[in-house]
Amino acid sequence: MHLLRSYFVLLLCQLIGETLSRGIPLPIPGPVVGMALLAAWYIGRRTQPGEHMTRAANGLLAWLGLLFVPAGVGIVANLALMRSEWLPISVALVGSTALTLLATAWMMHRGERSVG
Amino acid sequence: MSANVTTVSPTLMPIFAPCLTIGAYLLGVEVQGRWRSPILNPVLIAILLVGVTLRLCNISYGTYFSGAQMIHLLLGPATVALAIPLVVSLDHIRRGARTIFTALVVGSVTGMVSGYALVRLLGGSRLVALSMLPKSATTPIAIEIARSLGGVPPLAAVFAIGGGILVAVGINPILRCLKWDSPGALGIAAGTAGSGIGASQVIPQHPLAAAFAGLAIGLNGLLTAVLAPLISLSLRH
Repeated sequence: MHLLRSYFVLLLCQLIGETLSRGIPLPIPGPVVGMALLAAWYIGRRTQPGEHMTRAANGLLAWLGLLFVPAGVGIVANLALMRSEWLPISVALVGSTALTLLATAWMMHRGERSVG
Repeated sequence: MSANVTTVSPTLMPIFAPCLTIGAYLLGVEVQGRWRSPILNPVLIAILLVGVTLRLCNISYGTYFSGAQMIHLLLGPATVALAIPLVVSLDHIRRGARTIFTALVVGSVTGMVSGYALVRLLGGSRLVALSMLPKSATTPIAIEIARSLGGVPPLAAVFAIGGGILVAVGINPILRCLKWDSPGALGIAAGTAGSGIGASQVIPQHPLAAAFAGLAIGLNGLLTAVLAPLISLSLRH
């Protein structure tokens, strides 16, 4: 029952998040608002997640990659959209993603090294 | 129309699509486990296998996607669940707050400006460039921002997911080679550059990487939503 309660809390946070996100003038998705709410709940009460919530969360996050597959297959379906500009698209996607990754990791590396 | 006859009955689709998706993903996990190459990413393998199967069986993407809702809908609670590793590692996040915030802002702006500029420099249209601009944000945010900037929402989805796959495939070899692969750097870089799909690669590796990746997905989404309109105004070419 405790595990079921944890899944209920996750879904409830998403539901509240979806409702709140409609009132925010920025395009922040409901689940992201729900994540912030759940984190704020634990931080505000100064408690750590219990054993069952940790198990429920880790269970879902263990195969997070799988959950992106249905949306990801859409790439194959939308390939035709990119035919006319495939060169700028592929170079910009690879180049910009690599630059973003390197810039972020470099700043973290520098900051962590200076803190020690 | 006889040309659109599919080989799977519509009533079977809500079971066929999840079976196909989970089976393809498990095969991807198996393949990566055997050859241990980051190129053999389970998400990438599953997407290709499902895509090929749909084409061979003459099933439209829309039919498959509505059948695969059982899996797709779990993305919501899974995103909420990212709060748990975040709370567990709160002390680490507090101690590194300045570094984390600097890295997030630098990464976020680099992603938006370089995405737009590279498309334009290589002769791409402004429509494509505006769809590329928010690609590092999580897919639903990227879609909405592209729409509001005047880009093409389905293209924005392709770029966000494609960028996520590139991060999932590249992050470990690249950061290991540069010796920048602390759990903190892996987590923030995966979440900022590759949002959910990037995060799915580093989450199993370290609890701290999971916490930082979740934080980066949320904050980069927020930063992109706030900064994208300003950046697109300053990039008029």
